Amino acid sequence: MIAILDYKAGNQTSVLRALNYLGIEACITDDNTSIMQVDGIIFPGVGAAKQAMDRLSSQKQDELLKSIVAEKKPLLGICLGCQILLDYSEENNTKTLGIISGICKKFNPDWTDGVNENTVPEKIRIPHMGWNSIQVKQESPLLKNIQSGDNVYYVHSFYPEPQDPNLTLATTTYGKEFTAIYGRNGLWAVQFHPEKSGKTGLQLLKNFNEYCEQLKK
Amino acid sequence: MNTQLCKRIIPCLDVRDGRLTKGIKFENNIDIGDPVETAKKYYEEGADEIVFYDITASHEKRGIMLEVVENVAKNIFIPFCVGGGINSVEEMRAVLLAGAEKVSINSAAVKNPKLIEQGAMAFGSQAIVVGMDVKQVEKSEKIPSGYEIVIQGGRTYCGIDAILWAKECEKRGAGELCVNSIDADGTKNGYEINLTKTICEAVQIPVIASGGAGKPEDLLEAVTKGKASAALIASIVHYGTYTINDLKSFLKKNNITVRD
Repeated sequence: MIAILDYKAGNQTSVLRALNYLGIEACITDDNTSIMQVDGIIFPGVGAAKQAMDRLSSQKQDELLKSIVAEKKPLLGICLGCQILLDYSEENNTKTLGIISGICKKFNPDWTDGVNENTVPEKIRIPHMGWNSIQVKQESPLLKNIQSGDNVYYVHSFYPEPQDPNLTLATTTYGKEFTAIYGRNGLWAVQFHPEKSGKTGLQLLKNFNEYCEQLKK
Repeated sequence: MNTQLCKRIIPCLDVRDGRLTKGIKFENNIDIGDPVETAKKYYEEGADEIVFYDITASHEKRGIMLEVVENVAKNIFIPFCVGGGINSVEEMRAVLLAGAEKVSINSAAVKNPKLIEQGAMAFGSQAIVVGMDVKQVEKSEKIPSGYEIVIQGGRTYCGIDAILWAKECEKRGAGELCVNSIDADGTKNGYEINLTKTICEAVQIPVIASGGAGKPEDLLEAVTKGKASAALIASIVHYGTYTINDLKSFLKKNNITVRD
């Protein structure tokens, strides 16, 4: 059973629908007690870091997330969830969860995208919205059957930068190369939206569930 | 290795009372009037996003669209947008809760521009697409670009310059603009490239080119000369002239980054 942490994040039902489609038993819950019984937790997110942090702390879900990690329960952060697992976000200078060392930075509108020989480099549009490819940097059970060059769907204006570069499992380039997926040993985070990334995204969610199932055994 | 952001190809489906309005020609056993089955087919074929336009006239039947949206959301795992007849934050909320990522507002935004802000505040800019219908007119003091915003399928001129309107939509929090040329729409002679380019250069947010696609070259032009981030298509795929794959292969051959 996978639980999606309910803190009224915009994409939580989309994540649930994707898990249901895959035949994965899943629920959306804000029950801090029962969530500890599940095999893995997805920490979704769409929106602003500050509002999300306020909501999490008012429900004591910040502490909950820390205990989930302390108990080594698998956790997958998505988009905003991926960003606020770090210490700090440049979005309204917000102190975030600090579960993993690192910061979340804003794309610089002066950066250009366009390594393609036929197109003139153009200033990047922000948010970074649409399909972009990932470059796999390390093997991981989360990336089973996912390769460099696979495209995933992004919508974001800030990108995660974990302090330990060895945590980066895959990158994407938009103006600069940034961390698309980071983490290890069941504590993972992805900046894109696997629930909207077609077959690649579904594969990643399936991989996460398989990891959780195996850990349970 | 090509690392550019992909240019998107977005099929647009017109829905009335829960059924597709145009008989879309597919082989196999697909119900040609069913928006969910058609969306699934385009998803499988590699559409990057799908837009649904609800042209249901009667108010009572509008609930049918929400059922369609829910069923689409259970079956396809790419972003999709719903437009047509959305006039309030409550209507936006209903569509987004049913599973769409984005809502598109058009004449409602012209009549009440604050709706853009309200939508962006409530759901984030990424969820708010402003659709603009544009007609070429003589340049004037009021319409310095020579492109005017129209509504009701081009029957009503709004006295608003399209470029200024695009900038205003961006300022108010639109996450994306879908720029539809009424002059080009239905002609299959290609997108209005000058209009697309002018709007793309005026704003920082992504722009979807719409109206006029008849062949793969048109899409290429929209994303190169027109500088669009995405191209909306309808009849060229609905009637089986091209598949989404054909269009993507053509773009790829011309060094445009697309999703495989």
